[in-house]
Amino acid sequence: MTTPAPFGTRLDDVVVRYGSRSEVVGGSTRVRREATTALDGVTLAIRPGVITGVLGRNGAGKSTLLSLLAAFARPTSGTVSVGPEGAEEDPWENAWVTSNVQLVRESGDLIDDEKLSESLRYYADLRPHWDAGLAVRLLDRFEISTRTKPGALSRGKRSAVGATIGLATRAPLTIFDEVYLGMDAPTRYAFYSEVLADYAEHPRTILLSSHLVEEVERLFEDVVVLDRGRVLLAEPVEDMRARGYSLTGPAAAVAELTGARRVLHEQRLGSTVQVTLEGALGADERAAARAAGVEIGTVPVQDLFVHLTEPRKADR
Amino acid sequence: MFDGPEPIYVQIAQMIRAQVLAGELAEEEQVMSTTQFATTFRINPATAAKAFAGLVDEGVLHKRRGLGMFVSPGARERLLAEHRRRYFDEVLGPALAQADLLGIPTGDVVAYMLGTRRSTDTKERS
Repeated sequence: MTTPAPFGTRLDDVVVRYGSRSEVVGGSTRVRREATTALDGVTLAIRPGVITGVLGRNGAGKSTLLSLLAAFARPTSGTVSVGPEGAEEDPWENAWVTSNVQLVRESGDLIDDEKLSESLRYYADLRPHWDAGLAVRLLDRFEISTRTKPGALSRGKRSAVGATIGLATRAPLTIFDEVYLGMDAPTRYAFYSEVLADYAEHPRTILLSSHLVEEVERLFEDVVVLDRGRVLLAEPVEDMRARGYSLTGPAAAVAELTGARRVLHEQRLGSTVQVTLEGALGADERAAARAAGVEIGTVPVQDLFVHLTEPRKADR
Repeated sequence: MFDGPEPIYVQIAQMIRAQVLAGELAEEEQVMSTTQFATTFRINPATAAKAFAGLVDEGVLHKRRGLGMFVSPGARERLLAEHRRRYFDEVLGPALAQADLLGIPTGDVVAYMLGTRRSTDTKERS
């Protein structure tokens, strides 16, 4: 089977607002929820054929964004386009686009009260590039029988079924929305390896959303960080890594090198201070740091993500 | 693996250079493909490819169309020369600067080096 051209996506000034509604809280108490803005003017392009991480804290708008791409939802305003480079189309009620986009949600979207094989048959019918052999192999690796009813599966096994469907679909745009959160560590590692192996063989666009960054950051080539409905950054992950650095050393020397730079984080251990700073150091500053006995380090993407999305008072 | 402070592609390149230097990767020997690298270390294949591209530019690796990446002839010698040159700037220089800072006379440093040398030599002989 030939590999279809990977899909790219574009969003232009997209706003998604959920209307006011009443919600049941704690038994029979009803409260009126005001309209919330899930996405607030998002303009973004996702490169075709690349694994992109979609990061954001809870409620940042990740799932809303991803559901737009799969036409599970429609923007309040703005435009969404999905498709091979140069031939992107609005995915809404667009059978050709949606049959080539697979969104895997944590729920798994399975037929709960019938054998798993029924759910697989459903996806096989729906997805033009479905690889049944791969599905069987992955389920075997995750130790799941197709005779089980999905309703009886644990959260972790259910996620593994979702992962299997996501990969076996071979969709030109494959989206995993926090699917691996319920898996145990060995299953997650197996999932990462399978994603990379299949991606290398059948290049396609893969989006992985998470708020747990540490384990998955190495899978990404690009990264999008959402913060309260807005795009905080969208760039190659190497560029994000270069957005910050740490200085560790004697307090006075660190303070001098820090100068007026924005401090993302500060940690003190006796007379030793570690600061996380935004930006990058020039060659002169590196030399000055070395001379002053200050160690320069990189900041893990997870920490940058936490610092950059931390609620701030003044400059926002 | 690859938990250092540098970007991962830099660390991959360092690992391959170290393997060539140590002779674990012989000249003309094939190195792992980007796919094998990606799945073994669970990193994006593009990251591995970036490391390989850098090593091709340095002349450590070369590509054979349809076959993969191979260690270039003379790669080990070139890396040895490069590392020997940098040894004084990056290793011995700072060590001597530290000795100055601590007020260790140059004579003591020399005596220590000769002493160690002698003891290693003795060990080798026995």
